[in-house]
Amino acid sequence: MRVVRMEVAKKPGIRDPRAEKLLRELAHLGVAGVRSVVIRDVFHFAGDFDDRDLRLLGERLLVDPVIEELVAPRRFEAAVDVALLPGVTDTVAETVLEGARLLGVLGLVRAATGHLYAFEGAVDAAQLERIAAELLANPVIQRWSVVGSVSPSFDATPASGDACEIPLTGADDARLSELSRERRLSLDLAEMQAIRAHFAGLGREPTDLELEMLAQTWSEHCVHKTFRARITYTERRADGTVDEAASGVVDGLLNSYIRAATEALDRPWVRSAFVDNAGIVAFDERWDVAFKVETHNHPSALEPFGGANTGVGGVVRDVIGVSARPIAVTDVLCFGPLDTAPEALPAGALHPARIEAGVVHGIEDYGNKMGIPTVNGAIVYDPGYAANPLVYCGCVGVLPRDGHPTTPEPGDLVVVIGGKTGRDGLRGATFSSMEMDAATGVVSGGAVQIGHPVHEKQALEVVLAARDAGLYHAITDCGAGGLSSAVGEMAATLGADIELTRVPLKYTGLEPWEIWLSEAQERMVLAVGPAAWPQVQAIARLHAIPCDAVGTFRADGLLRITYEGRVVGELDAGFLHAGIPRRNMVAEWTQPGPEVIDLAPQDIAAELLRWLADPNVSSKEDVVRRYDHEVQGGTVVKPFVGVAADGPGDAAVLVPQEAADGGVGVALGVGVDPRLGRRDPYAMAWAVVDEAIRNVVAVGADPAQIAILDNFCWGNPSLPDRLGSLVRCCRGCYDAAVAYGTPFVSGKDSLNNEWRDACGVSHPIPPTLLISALGRVPDVTRTATSDAKAAGDALYLVGVTRSSLLPPSDAPALYVALHQAMRAGLVRACHDLSEGGLLVCAAEMAIGGRLGVTVDLAAVPAADGLTPGQVAFLERPGRLLVEVAPAGAAAFEAALAGHACAAVGAVTATAELVVSGAGAEVRVAVEALRAAFRGR
Amino acid sequence: MKPPVLVLRVTGTNRDHDAARACALAGGAPEIVHVNALAEDPGRLADYRMLVLPGGFSYGDDLGAGKVWALLLQTLLSASLGDFVAAGRPIIGICNGFQALVKAGFLPGFGQAPRPGAAPRQAATLTHNDSGHFECRWVELAPDPASPCVFTRGLSEPITCPVAHGEGKLVASPAVLSEIEQGHLAPLRYAPTAGHPAGYPGNPNGSARHIAALTNPAGTILGLMPHPEDHITPEQHPGYHRGARGGSGLALFERGVAYAAQL
Repeated sequence: MRVVRMEVAKKPGIRDPRAEKLLRELAHLGVAGVRSVVIRDVFHFAGDFDDRDLRLLGERLLVDPVIEELVAPRRFEAAVDVALLPGVTDTVAETVLEGARLLGVLGLVRAATGHLYAFEGAVDAAQLERIAAELLANPVIQRWSVVGSVSPSFDATPASGDACEIPLTGADDARLSELSRERRLSLDLAEMQAIRAHFAGLGREPTDLELEMLAQTWSEHCVHKTFRARITYTERRADGTVDEAASGVVDGLLNSYIRAATEALDRPWVRSAFVDNAGIVAFDERWDVAFKVETHNHPSALEPFGGANTGVGGVVRDVIGVSARPIAVTDVLCFGPLDTAPEALPAGALHPARIEAGVVHGIEDYGNKMGIPTVNGAIVYDPGYAANPLVYCGCVGVLPRDGHPTTPEPGDLVVVIGGKTGRDGLRGATFSSMEMDAATGVVSGGAVQIGHPVHEKQALEVVLAARDAGLYHAITDCGAGGLSSAVGEMAATLGADIELTRVPLKYTGLEPWEIWLSEAQERMVLAVGPAAWPQVQAIARLHAIPCDAVGTFRADGLLRITYEGRVVGELDAGFLHAGIPRRNMVAEWTQPGPEVIDLAPQDIAAELLRWLADPNVSSKEDVVRRYDHEVQGGTVVKPFVGVAADGPGDAAVLVPQEAADGGVGVALGVGVDPRLGRRDPYAMAWAVVDEAIRNVVAVGADPAQIAILDNFCWGNPSLPDRLGSLVRCCRGCYDAAVAYGTPFVSGKDSLNNEWRDACGVSHPIPPTLLISALGRVPDVTRTATSDAKAAGDALYLVGVTRSSLLPPSDAPALYVALHQAMRAGLVRACHDLSEGGLLVCAAEMAIGGRLGVTVDLAAVPAADGLTPGQVAFLERPGRLLVEVAPAGAAAFEAALAGHACAAVGAVTATAELVVSGAGAEVRVAVEALRAAFRGR
Repeated sequence: MKPPVLVLRVTGTNRDHDAARACALAGGAPEIVHVNALAEDPGRLADYRMLVLPGGFSYGDDLGAGKVWALLLQTLLSASLGDFVAAGRPIIGICNGFQALVKAGFLPGFGQAPRPGAAPRQAATLTHNDSGHFECRWVELAPDPASPCVFTRGLSEPITCPVAHGEGKLVASPAVLSEIEQGHLAPLRYAPTAGHPAGYPGNPNGSARHIAALTNPAGTILGLMPHPEDHITPEQHPGYHRGARGGSGLALFERGVAYAAQL
């Protein structure tokens, strides 16, 4: 077999934006001596081919002849050569093979890609190592050399094909715990004991595949042990005495609070909640809408691009897994401050700026390539996320009413559609259920995957065609736990026979348990009747994506996995899904002291500009414009609004292509506030439920038809203080959801978000609840944006400003009244009060409209003795600022009668914000506001 | 009868439905067809009056945007596409489709072609935006009234629509650019927008001479980076809530379909 290296470079004189960007990053890194950088694309080929073939590949496939040329490999004085680690997904290499087939170069068997970075100037080997490690490569997925070249390994390794027996039935408790640690099973002693008892009863030892499958199925990630546990909860007052009324036993957080709220509300438009891959609500007579939000925190901490990339890919698959076509992606990102001093980070942690760059690129790459608009989200900066970022990825989809079959039949084929299986992401389910430390990247690097969005797009097309032709009885996606989880869940009642050699592999050498547990991305599992199988194969052939029947559903509940016919695992589905012992946990919470309200600011203008420039408030345009928010043509309220499309929108409104002419849309909004999480998770729950709802109401959603999703990111729940705050938060979720009439339809928890420092001290992230709202917009021509529209209009503040952190009890009714005013065409602009309160809200409306705005702080409806100065920036929920034309003012006031609603200002033609009512009048030019908000 | 329009889908295409909707609104009868189906029966292309190469990330754009799709046009579809071009039937390539047409040599399409309908050597390219990354924003496109392009004929008002790409910067030698300008083969250019002079972000990618679109000397092939198919109804416009409307992208499809109908 011949192995060849080819290199492609830009022609002399052609600009290379990648190299220019790298030069800027070098300056940022403090490497001063580099004058110029040249980046070469490197291709490694293996197979049986001649020089003519190589010339053909080079000239027709690898170079763009207008700007690039093939160059002979040469040594540079200072260079870094980078290649992917074996087993890491190399999408470009796969495309090279595809192109080679088109050119008739059939002898090309393997390909791999890399990059060569050559530097001119004064740079030594130590600096090169630093540049490589900090800018060019990540040891989790890549390797590099600063002295020579790195070559991929094209050697094939054989697999044994056997399962190992794990001696367990004779093990004592100490050995059980040790085994859980050794194999990174993340199972506690009671769970290991249950497994020991089960196999002792069978009279045999488990195989490695069986043990890994149990660990995956019973992982926190897959079975949500904490949310199902029986919790003994103690709540103390600030003085340390126990609040008996608030304390007691919680019989499962999920059932007691989250699901309980949905059941109490019993909304007829909720089609499916909590039982499937995504929540489903009614959209119109023919269509339903599905929504799911996931987290991908630990993978994004280790390999930000791949982690976020596969986070998007995973949640999109969840939506495909309910037979829906994805129509929107959302993302909420929590990072450490970008100016965090590197020495303040624990060992092994990537810098927040690098994490952000990689995460944004990962989201961009997946959503854009799949053709799903990324339309809504948030970025939060807080030191508590410096070593443990949070990456929430959401996806909305549309499916036909009753178009999602969920019941496999005995004799159905177990069909895998999508990418091939490799050693990617092994033990990701258990990894995500662990705390991270400095060694996590080294030990669990295999848990990180790189996505292949085009494969997912191909799989999506096959699923949609099969759905519309009625060719499957059930469907699910391969996520955490791979086939083990997907087939395990789908065969939970019937059982199945699986032959692992029928699973198409990326390369040889995978042991049976690795095939079964691999979290290789972009795979869906379908239950297909034998009669429909040829049609499914034909569709998959058209879309050129692998599609294989790997087994058959049984009827007796037994799951039997074979390799070349030899049994490598045999588990009873009953034990697999019901054998896990329920946890008993202890939780404690101490009530916070009374809230202290800040004094009125001395200099309102300076304070306002400081707020607008705060990273948590300032424009995210540089990030958001990298996401395609227009594809599918349905985005009618966009992420940025106003004259110059640079004012922040409150929520997105989308019209699905399936119902493009119906005039009905969906609104997507989020609420998140970790600062409140630190103080009182109960108040946080209320505030973020309110914020998510207020955001979608602000753009035109009907408050009577809003569904919400909960995503908890918390620390280690086995520590009573962490779990106590989670109990408090769940109680807030129940109370708020019931008060607003908004059922939870889906949710997810990511626990153990803690980082252990060099001294062994564990640091949790701030308790972070994300609420995502999906509101039905009955008339997309009656939506509103936040930008001020016309001089002479009045500005009304709706909602009372109080000292309490909880929304006023009037808020749900107020939103209904506001929505009716919007339906009547009375609302010209609407913006919610969020970070920085009233004046930041007014400033953003002025920026969007490039118009002046006046605000009289003395006119603000306020309670609890709050002074006009104090309400300028006070952050409290339940309030919106609404622009109303003079002709509609009386009707608007009538519509809001009985609610806190006051004219606090006006829109003016002079482009400045004028604040009165609290001392001397303050004037700030809109251009100054804009510059502070935009950062330039 | 509505002229049948083939919307060609390849691996990684994602704006095929957007384009099909625009063609339907413009009076055409669009059908989305996968390239693998067409490759099995290339003669089928002759059944259609107009061809759309829609946006997306064909083959992930892994070897440069539209590169492998271009190779496909030059290999599997070479003969049937050549006949289609030689017959003067209109073709519109949007974003990724434009990149494929340029890299396959169909645009700007001057110079010596090896045979009738076939494309000459690649003369220009579309490469990484000056910003170095993907960008999504709305732009204004000013038409060249003297262009032979059948999709812009008689168009005098600018078209407003979004761009969404990472590799949309037109690069060509000065000689090629002169020839494009002399032949009026750049039917649409990025126009300055409110508050921004010519240049970024009105020209979002740094394209030479603000060129947003190319046509061939016969005017039957149009390629452009922006997405006219995503501005075909008023509420898609970003200024909708301010009463702004802007030139609809539908104008291009209407002209293309009308031209196809009279062939």
